Amino acid sequence: MRDALGRIQSVLLIGGSSEIGLAIVRGLPRIDGASVCLAGPDRPEMEQVARMLRTEGFGEVRVLDFDACAPTDPHGFVAEAWAVEPDVVIVATGYLGDQATASHDPDMALRLIDINFRGLVPALVEIGQRLKTQGHGTLVVMSTVAGERPRVANYTYGAAKAGLDAFTRGLAASVDHAGVQVLVVRPGFVRTRMTAHLTPVPFSTTPDKVAAAVAAAIGGPSKTIWVPGILRWVMRLLRALPESIFRRLPA
Amino acid sequence: MRNTARPSVDGAHQQDLTGWGRTAPTRAFVAHPKAANELAIGMSDHGPRGVIPRGLGRSYGDAAQNAGGNVVCTDRLAGRCELDPVSGRAWVSAGISLGKVIEEVLPRGWFPAVVPGTQFVSIGGAIASDVHGKNHHRDGSFCGHVTAIELVTGSGGQLTLTPSGTDSEAFWATAGGMGLTGVITQAQLQLRPVQTAHVRVETTRTNDLADSMNVLKEADATAHYTVAWVDLLRRGRGRGRGIVTAGAHALPEELGATRSASVKMPPNRRLASVPSVPTRAGVLHPTAMALFNDVYFRRAPARPTTTFAPIWGYFFPLDVVGHWNRLYGRAGMLQYQFVIPDQATDQLIPMVDRLLADGIPIYLAVLKRLRDVPGPLGFPLSGWTLAIDIPVAVANLGPALDRLDAHVAECGGRIYLAKDSRMRADLVPVMYPRLDEWRAVRDRLDPEQVMHSDLDRRLSLVARSSGHKGLLNA
Repeated sequence: MRDALGRIQSVLLIGGSSEIGLAIVRGLPRIDGASVCLAGPDRPEMEQVARMLRTEGFGEVRVLDFDACAPTDPHGFVAEAWAVEPDVVIVATGYLGDQATASHDPDMALRLIDINFRGLVPALVEIGQRLKTQGHGTLVVMSTVAGERPRVANYTYGAAKAGLDAFTRGLAASVDHAGVQVLVVRPGFVRTRMTAHLTPVPFSTTPDKVAAAVAAAIGGPSKTIWVPGILRWVMRLLRALPESIFRRLPA
Repeated sequence: MRNTARPSVDGAHQQDLTGWGRTAPTRAFVAHPKAANELAIGMSDHGPRGVIPRGLGRSYGDAAQNAGGNVVCTDRLAGRCELDPVSGRAWVSAGISLGKVIEEVLPRGWFPAVVPGTQFVSIGGAIASDVHGKNHHRDGSFCGHVTAIELVTGSGGQLTLTPSGTDSEAFWATAGGMGLTGVITQAQLQLRPVQTAHVRVETTRTNDLADSMNVLKEADATAHYTVAWVDLLRRGRGRGRGIVTAGAHALPEELGATRSASVKMPPNRRLASVPSVPTRAGVLHPTAMALFNDVYFRRAPARPTTTFAPIWGYFFPLDVVGHWNRLYGRAGMLQYQFVIPDQATDQLIPMVDRLLADGIPIYLAVLKRLRDVPGPLGFPLSGWTLAIDIPVAVANLGPALDRLDAHVAECGGRIYLAKDSRMRADLVPVMYPRLDEWRAVRDRLDPEQVMHSDLDRRLSLVARSSGHKGLLNA
């Protein structure tokens, strides 16, 4: 349970080695000894992260296998993740892939859709049910501004994230009466390992800034946040531009 | 798990609930049953998140909240208050307030044996929190004067419990049991005979915290009711100066002709009510509060003085301002109440100094001496208790109070569960060494673990069955 000071007792991170996800976990106000559950496909890396978290004042840190590309039993997975009832669930799996390949390789295109959207849906359905039943908690789902208007450079990734974004907002509406908060996070370009090979664009941000924005929004009225906040208005403008002009904008 | 259907308790609706501190709201299915049998049906028809009773919502934290589960309000249970005017025993419904009980029994010459600092607590809540009052040093806590409890358990069973009867264990697990043994529907109280509705009050000003402690301890030796208000916003040498009041029920001959020399009821007034304050940090400010404290202190006579006060103003001074908790703004407030044993008396002043050095503004502070109580989850122990009101919107409050928790636990002290909204779960077994004893009785009364609250989940009070590990005890 969150306490009177808004501090959490436990958090579940899907995308257990995601830089942004871990920055959010570390940035949440928490009680001493809060517990963490990391879920992802790369167990050795998560085990290493778990060891680090334990030295940073977290209590129990568990590691679970979860692979959005190879869907297993979502009910069993979420039940196991819920061995300690989470106050915050973060879904931060992300795979940018290579648009150039995805543009001609159907397998790569599907892989992008699977990791960023399709493979998450069964778990999200179960998580939604769990949160609805427990009557408290926040679900944080990492979307992206790239989902708001497709661009040649990353439209498959953007399409998957757009699907995830829409699904999450629908889920939010369906659990709204249950006292559960669902937060869609739409960052601009975030400087991480995933984007290290790319040149940063205007309004780029960092995992820590995303984490700070999420921490500030938890428990509040927000449903969708942009990081940096100015992107809310930039994207509104970009969405309003005619396609012919939008395409001519520099990448 | 997939059962998300609405519980079928009559008229249950989803509602966000908080405690008196107005922090950490959660949503629950809230029902207001009118009779014990209706309640029993509701209990047997609980969802996966269980049930917790709620009285008047005066616990500061999350004791009467149950996220996603059922919250059974006792306010509409039949309002019984039957006094036997010879023995002074009264059967009262759990949902009625202590103020209502006083209004019923005082004109007939009786008064509750123990009252806390507000009349707006339900009888059920007073038992579940085993509240204490200004006469704790002499008479112990509320449940020491409860002669019977009617309890509806998590499995729907209806029990009558007495403090020394066949199942006295269950009685004492319910006393201070934070509602987790079941729903109290009514109770029998042993009242105290009084001759007037006034209190003779001796007021003494003190110079600092050490002086406040000494004067209070001296007053305890002779006075029926004692308490110390201390000013912890004052800096420098006067830190912890305050006002010690020592009271006793006034006798008719003392009151003289100007006041009605009988138990005729003085007016029980609410002078003002605070509207919602839209700002996060509220309207209170340390400087303004320090000024208020200064005026309050100077208003008290410089030399010890005896006056007479109507019972309402004496016992329940804050009740004249309705919704005073709203003054703290949207972020809310918390009350930190701890007790440390006599052996650790010398730690009290360092504890306060540390908190003040951490920059924590203490708007209201009340000092009192306590003694042991029988219940395994009882808060009071022989020593000193300090209750301090703090706005939540204060920087570094979490770490500062965490350090104080550890210090209190080290000294063999405890935090009052009825006030807590933020402590760490792993300190509960340290502070409450009889926790497992309480759990065993609780589990016997409620083997299916129907009774749950946010407080319970946050602090892992109810023993977790396998596959359902609580925080930090995995």
